[in-house]
Amino acid sequence: MVSEMESGHIEEMDIEVLPSMWPDDVGTDAGKQFNVEKPKGDQDMLEEVTIIDDATIVDFKRLLELTNYTETGSSQLAYLVKHWEYKQANAVRLLREELDILSKQREEVELKKLEILEEHRFEEERYGGDKRPISILDEVYDLWQDIPRRKNDVIVQNKRVEIDAEYDTVVYWKQRAMHLEKLLEASTQREQILTEKLQESIKDLERQSSPVEELSQILKRADNFLHFVLQNAPVVIGHQDKELRYRFIYNHFPSLHEDDIIGRTDVEIFTGSGVKESQDFKREVLEKGLPAKREITFETDLFGSKTFLIYVEPVFSKAGETIGINYMGMDVTDQVRKRERMAKLREEIAVQKAKETELNKTIHITEETMRAKQMLATMSHEIRSPLSGVVSMAEILSTTKVDQEQRQLLDCMLSSGDLVLQLINDILDLSKVESGVMKLEATKFRPRQVVKHVLQTAAASLQKILTLEGHVADDVPVEVIGDVLRIRQILTNLISNAIKFTHEGKVGINLYVVSDPSSVKGEGCHQNKVSVDGDNEEQPHSPETKVWIRCDVYDTGIGIPETALPTLFKKYMQVSADHARKYGGTGLGLAICKQLVELMGGHLTVSSQEHCGSTFTFVLPYKVSTASDNSDDPDELSDMADNNAATDEATERFFQFQPRTLGSLFSSNGSSRSNMGYTRSHKLNGFSDNSYSFPSNSVRSKETASVEEACSTVDDAETLCQPESSSSHSPDPANQDTVCRGNRCQDDTSSQFQNPIIDSTHHKETSREVAVAANTREPQGTCQRREKSDTSSQCVSSCSTEVPKSTLKPKILLVEDNKTIVMVTQSMMKLLGHRIDVVNNGVEAVCAVQHHNYDLILMDVCMPVMDGLQATRLIRSFEETGNWDAAVKAGIDQGVLSLDSLQNGLGSTPSAKRIPIIAMTANALAESADECLANGMDSFVSKPVTLQKLKECLAKYLP
Amino acid sequence: MERNQMHRQVSVMRQSLFDQGYLDEQFIQLEELQDDANPNFVEEVVTLYYRDSSRLILSIDQALERNPLDFNKLDTYMHQFKGSSTSIGAKKVKAECTQFREYCKAGNGEGCMRTFQQVKKEYTILKRKLEAYFQQARQVGPSETACRPRN
Repeated sequence: MVSEMESGHIEEMDIEVLPSMWPDDVGTDAGKQFNVEKPKGDQDMLEEVTIIDDATIVDFKRLLELTNYTETGSSQLAYLVKHWEYKQANAVRLLREELDILSKQREEVELKKLEILEEHRFEEERYGGDKRPISILDEVYDLWQDIPRRKNDVIVQNKRVEIDAEYDTVVYWKQRAMHLEKLLEASTQREQILTEKLQESIKDLERQSSPVEELSQILKRADNFLHFVLQNAPVVIGHQDKELRYRFIYNHFPSLHEDDIIGRTDVEIFTGSGVKESQDFKREVLEKGLPAKREITFETDLFGSKTFLIYVEPVFSKAGETIGINYMGMDVTDQVRKRERMAKLREEIAVQKAKETELNKTIHITEETMRAKQMLATMSHEIRSPLSGVVSMAEILSTTKVDQEQRQLLDCMLSSGDLVLQLINDILDLSKVESGVMKLEATKFRPRQVVKHVLQTAAASLQKILTLEGHVADDVPVEVIGDVLRIRQILTNLISNAIKFTHEGKVGINLYVVSDPSSVKGEGCHQNKVSVDGDNEEQPHSPETKVWIRCDVYDTGIGIPETALPTLFKKYMQVSADHARKYGGTGLGLAICKQLVELMGGHLTVSSQEHCGSTFTFVLPYKVSTASDNSDDPDELSDMADNNAATDEATERFFQFQPRTLGSLFSSNGSSRSNMGYTRSHKLNGFSDNSYSFPSNSVRSKETASVEEACSTVDDAETLCQPESSSSHSPDPANQDTVCRGNRCQDDTSSQFQNPIIDSTHHKETSREVAVAANTREPQGTCQRREKSDTSSQCVSSCSTEVPKSTLKPKILLVEDNKTIVMVTQSMMKLLGHRIDVVNNGVEAVCAVQHHNYDLILMDVCMPVMDGLQATRLIRSFEETGNWDAAVKAGIDQGVLSLDSLQNGLGSTPSAKRIPIIAMTANALAESADECLANGMDSFVSKPVTLQKLKECLAKYLP
Repeated sequence: MERNQMHRQVSVMRQSLFDQGYLDEQFIQLEELQDDANPNFVEEVVTLYYRDSSRLILSIDQALERNPLDFNKLDTYMHQFKGSSTSIGAKKVKAECTQFREYCKAGNGEGCMRTFQQVKKEYTILKRKLEAYFQQARQVGPSETACRPRN
C-alpha cells in the first residue's frame, strides 16, 4: 500500500519536473520515457546495455553556468527546489496533523474523565475507550524509504474495555474507571512515542534534504537513456557558446579528443569545404535568433566527404540575449547521394523523353512532308492528266464536224478546262517551289526572242486598245543561259497582269544589263558590263560569265495602292476583294513570280503610283553562253532558221504592237490590227507588210473572246511556255495545227514567224491575210468554214447581246430531275425543231445560266437540291443586279461562279434581257400558279407536257 | 396478209389498253414523238420509266415501313412517281397515285398503305400488258402503222 502510493506520487512529481529538465527537443513527450522506472528502483535494466561514457564530453563548469544563467537551467533548478520543498512541507503537515489528532484525542479523554469523575465523584478519569483508534499513519506516506518501516510499530491495537461487573453498579463504574485510567496511560504513552517519532522524522528530513543528489540521479538516468537511444545514431549534438566555441559535444564516433574540441570553433578544429559554411550558418542563427536547418556538405581531411543536415537553435539568456547555440547534425550523405542519383536519373529520363518527343515530331514532320510530296505527285497525276485528257479530247472534238451549238459548248468546255488546268498548274508550281522540288533548267535562249514572244502572245489575246512595246538594250547578250520556261512564265504573268489592270495607254518590257546588284546597288544603270556590241557581230564571252539583266514590266494602268504593296506577293492576296471580283484571278500569280525569281537567285520588286501605273522589276543573273549560234531551243530554232534576217533579229531592240485603227475598233467589223514594227531598219525581204502585222485588236467572234477572256483572267497564263498550251487556248486547234505545220515547213510562211500563234486566235482576219499574203498551207476550206462559223456562233458569251441573232435557233434550257419527263420533253422539243440543254436541279440551272445565254427556260418546280422557285429567284436577282451575290449567298459554290463573274467583271453590263422562265408543274392549281408567278416565273405548263402545250408556249415566248 | 392480221392484232391490243383505261392520251403524245430516227421511242421511254420508277417504288416501300410515317417524304416520292407515270400516260397508275397523295395529305397511313398496294398492282399489270404489246409490236416490225398508228 505504501509503495503504491509512493510510485504514484513520484510519477506525479516527475511529470511536473521533467519537461523543464531537458531542452525542448527532448520534449514533454520524450520526458515520459524516463518514467518507466522509479528513481530508486531497479536499475539493472541499463546494466545490460553498454554505455560508452566517454562519448560525451562535457564541460561541467559550463553546464553549471548554463543552469545558473540560462532560463531553462534556472527554471529547472526552481522546479527541483519546489519539488523538494513541497515534499518537505507535506511531511511536516502530515506530522502536524497527526499531532493535532493525538492531542485532540487526549483532550477528549481528559474531558470524559472529568465528566465521569464529576458524575460519579470518582477521581478517575474517563477515556473514550470505545472509540476506534485512528491509524493516522495509514494515510501518511513517506517518500523516504527508511521512514515507512517504522509504521508498523505505530499501529495501535484496538482494545475494547471489557468489564465483567453489572452495568451501573458501583463496581461496574469502578472497574470502568480503572480501565479508562489504563487507556489514558497508554494514550499518553503513545503521544510520547509520536512526539519522539516526529523529532526523529524531522532529523531524518534534515539529513536527507539535498536536492542536488536527486537531480543528478535523474539527470544521469536521462543521460543513460539518451546514450542508449543515440548510441548508434549518426548524430552529432553540440552546444557552442557565443563565440561558437564548443562547450559540449556528443559524437558517437569521435575522431578527436575532448581537448581538441571543447573551447574551439569549427574552423579551428577542422578544415575543408563546408566548414566555413557551417560556421557562417551558425553565426547567422546566432545573430538572427531563429532556429534553422540546412544541409551542408563537408569535404574534410578528418572524415572525408559527408553531407550533414544541421539544425541550429539559438540559446537565450534570461535577459533574452543569445549566449550560444544548440547544434545537432545528422549524417545524410547516403540520402543525399541517393537523392542526387534520383535527380540525375529523373533528368536523364526527362532528356530521354524530350528526345523521344523531338524524334516523334521529326518523324511526324517527315511523314507529313512525304505525304505532301506524295500529294503533290498525286495531284499532278490525278488531276492534271484526266483534265488534260478532257481538254484535249474536247479539242479533238472541236476539230470534227460539229454544229454551232456543240461548238459553243466545246468552246466553253475548253475555256473552263484551260482555266482549271491553269489553276492547278499555278498551285503545283507554287507547291513545287515551296517544297523545293522545283528544278531549274539551264538552256540557252535569246532574251529578245522571249520578250518578243511574250508580247506577241499578249497582243494576240489583247482585247483592249493598248500598245505593247518592248525595249531591249544593246548590251543585253544575244544568248544567255537560264531557265527560259520559267522566265517566260514570269514575263507572261507580269505582262498579263499589266494588261489586265491597264485600260488605256501602254504596257511594255524594258530589258537591260545591270551591274551585279550585290556589288552595286544602283538601279537602272545601263552600263555595259558585258561587252556586246549591238550590231550583227557577237563577241564570244568567256564561259560562265555572269550577267545580271534587269527587266522592267511597266504599264499605265490603275496602279496599286500603297497599302496593298506589302501583301502583293503573298499567296492568294489581291489588292482587294473588289479587285478580285472585277479582275478575277487567283492571287497566285505574283507569288509564283516572286518565288521563281528568288529561286533563280534574283529579286522581284514593284513600284507603283495609283492611277498612273505600276512597274514590276526583276533582276536575274544569267550565264552567258560562248557559242551563240547553236541554240538548242527548238522554238527559237524554228524562228531563227526560217528568218533570213536572223542576225538582225538577234539584235533588234524595239518591238511594238500597236492598235492601228483605234477609232473603228469594235464598231466596225473590219480588220483592225496592230503592227509589230521595228524601229530599226528591217529587211522585209519582199514580204508584204501584212506578214509582220499582228492584229491584236481585231474584232473576233465572241466565242473566241470568251475563251480568251477566260485565259487572260488567269494571272500567269503560260501561253507561250509550252507550245501545246498555246494551242489549247486556241479555239480551233485544227486551224492552228495546220498553220503550225505550215510554219514548220517554213517555205511559204517563213517570214511570218509570229503569225502561227496569232492565227490561232485571230483566225478570221489573219487567215484571210495569210491567204492573200502568202501561200499558206491552210486549206481555203477551213478558212471558209471558220468564217461561216464565226457569223453563226456569236451568241455564246454573255457580252454578245448586241449581236443580232435572228439567224440563230433559240437556246432552251430544261430543268427537270425526272428522267422520264426529260426524255419525253426532249423528244418533243426535238420534234418541234429545238435542241435543248438539260440540267437536273436548280443549282445546275443557275450555273448553266451563268455560262450561257438562254432564250427560254423550262423549269420544274419540285426538284432536289434546289427547287425551281429558288433557282428562278436567283436568276432574276442576277438579271437585276448583274452579280451572283444572291446565288453565292444561297450556297452555290464560288468556284462554280468564278468563270462567269469574271466575264461579267470584264466588261459586260448586267444582262438587260429577262429570260422567260416557264414553270412545269404537276399541281396545276391556281395557288401553285400564283406561287410560280410570284417567284419570277413568266408562265407555267401543267404536266404532263404535251406537244401542243409546248408549241403554244414556245410560240408565245420565242420571237 | 398474215402481217396485216398481226398489225390488226397489235392495234387491237393497243386499243384495248385505252379502252380498259390503262392508258390515256399522253401515250399518244409519246407515239407521236416516234419517228424514223427513233423508231422505238415509246418503248424506250416506257423502259426508262420502269427502270427509273422502280427506285421510287423501293423508296416508298421503305418509307412506309417507317414508324411514324413521314408523309412529306412519301408525298415527295409519290409526286415524282406520279410525274413519271403521267408523262407516259399510265392512267390507272396515275389515278392511284392521286389517291395516295390524297391520303398523304390527310395523314391517313392506313389508306396510304392500301393505296400503295393498288399502285403497285396497277404498275405491274401495266408493265405486263405493255411488255406484251411491245413484244407483239416488235414482231410485226417497224412498220409505219405499228410505229405511228393513227386511230
